[in-house]
Amino acid sequence: MPRESVSRPVPKAPTGIQGLDEITGGGLPRGRPTLVCGGPGCGKTILGMEFLMNGARRYDEPGVFMSFEESVEDLTLNFASLGFDPRPLSARKKLSLDYVRIEPSEIYETGEYNLDGLFIRLEHAIDAIGAKRVVLDTIETLFSGLSDTRVLRAELRRLFNWLRTKGVTAIVTGERGNEGMTRHGLEEYLTDCVILLDHRVVEQNATRRLRVVKYRGSPHGANESPFFIDTSGISVLPITSLGLQHRVSNGRLSAGISGLDEMLGGKGYLRASSILVSGSAGTGKTSVAGYFVDAACRRGESALYFAFEESAAQIVRNLQSIGLDLEPWLRKGLLQIQAERATTSGLEGHLSGMHRLIEENRPRVVVVDPISNLISVGTSVEVRAMLARLIDFMKVKQTTALFSSLTVDENPEATDIGISSFMDTWLVLRNNEVNGERNRTLNVLKSRGMAHSNQVREFVLTRDGLKLVDMVRDRHGRVAFGSRRAARSASTTGNGARRRSNGR
Amino acid sequence: MTGKSKRRPRAPRQQNGDAEFFELRLYIAGQTSRSLAALTNLKRICEEHLQGRYRIEVIDLLQHPQLARGDQILALPTLVRKLPEPIRKLVGDLSDTERALVGLDLRPLRPAKA
Repeated sequence: MPRESVSRPVPKAPTGIQGLDEITGGGLPRGRPTLVCGGPGCGKTILGMEFLMNGARRYDEPGVFMSFEESVEDLTLNFASLGFDPRPLSARKKLSLDYVRIEPSEIYETGEYNLDGLFIRLEHAIDAIGAKRVVLDTIETLFSGLSDTRVLRAELRRLFNWLRTKGVTAIVTGERGNEGMTRHGLEEYLTDCVILLDHRVVEQNATRRLRVVKYRGSPHGANESPFFIDTSGISVLPITSLGLQHRVSNGRLSAGISGLDEMLGGKGYLRASSILVSGSAGTGKTSVAGYFVDAACRRGESALYFAFEESAAQIVRNLQSIGLDLEPWLRKGLLQIQAERATTSGLEGHLSGMHRLIEENRPRVVVVDPISNLISVGTSVEVRAMLARLIDFMKVKQTTALFSSLTVDENPEATDIGISSFMDTWLVLRNNEVNGERNRTLNVLKSRGMAHSNQVREFVLTRDGLKLVDMVRDRHGRVAFGSRRAARSASTTGNGARRRSNGR
Repeated sequence: MTGKSKRRPRAPRQQNGDAEFFELRLYIAGQTSRSLAALTNLKRICEEHLQGRYRIEVIDLLQHPQLARGDQILALPTLVRKLPEPIRKLVGDLSDTERALVGLDLRPLRPAKA
């Protein structure tokens, strides 16, 4: 963090919300109110509640949730349904829920007043549990019950100042307004930190976005970041990269295919690298992925396989047909296959889900098969950002990742150029139709940090497994495939042996 | 607010109102001039309109902060009419006698609106 000569760095209170602390460089301004605004249903209340729950659970900072919209019972039920039940924390006096009900039809204004009642009530709640965090959700509801906006504005200003002197880290939520950031211009009084939430539908997929509009005295990510709400709460996925400071590994790991290890400088993939396997339909991408996973499990390493095209059972059955049995690894718990249609959730949903599973299971190797299916979910700028993010994340975790990519034409090099720059190793699979046969080939287009083979090899899927076979030239100097190659290499062993020694 | 008062059948209500007992609770915060003004105004209104059939309870929230929750008190001073039902809340120091009477349901709105 750049150090300012005039001001000390702003102390921060971590939210414990995945990604948000990263964008804000450590959390919300400690001891100050933060404005969180957005339209209805954009996640303001959940953000506030998670901030308090994490405060109480992880940072030993009790919190007060003052709701102006939902009763304590409704709040409790809503949060319990989202996977965090506030009741145990309430019972331990780590969390206090209060519902301030405003019934405009009951209220008659008969003269001068202030909001001391609210102050006293809030202070009482704070002092009762020694709260360090406060959420006011949504305080603008006051404007519906009390008509004297001049008094209300003065009182809100006083309230926010009072929160500062009280030294609590607060979230004040506000409804998105037509003109200003909030309907009643709360941003005028809450200038320490402003976070904007947005919920919109892009090509039938609901996407949520979060942006830190303002953070006084602190650098912060200014981009819109996708975020996602599921049973574990909110995950923010900063578009910005994690940076390239992760440590690099010189360790190597086998691809599980002997010929392929040889092509990769004789030792296989680099540990914690990212590998792209592209090819059109039926070129054997899943087989390459399967062998990669199998090799990991044989070494006793855990593997996580994200399947966006086939079910777990389908993958296992299909690989069995080429002599690869993943069943024992699944039974042992070394391998986990997470199969899901790419369209079942938004892009953020997938990324967040993958993130979480990787975080929880800490696999040493990960397969995403195929990454191209996610493109049907998001636009490709987003996919690239998301991919960069996921790759950085895995590098930090020292996880080796293999991504397959289904390309539509026979020129995968053009199709995947956009994502290939994130990849350390790029394998290209092709179908070659020659002489009435369809044969597969594999070549290493690039592999950073190693001397790799420049050969195209024939890639044979047999019932006994996958084999990489040297290409053989016929007497006209043309590459021979399939049965021609077999016949050729049988007759001209000398030529074949020479070629092979070059490749190794 | 105007719309609601108009819908209510005024005449029979007034007759009932004459016999009803008023239980009033005044919330204040400390002995400020505004608190004192509210109490003075309240006593005057009660003596003029509810002689012998009212009771005033004054709650100082500085001393009993926990009581703010029960009656959903935000603004101070607030007068809560506990009885007769329904509950009503009069926010402010009761210096606007006309509005206070409307709030307590002791007077119909201006004849022009009746």
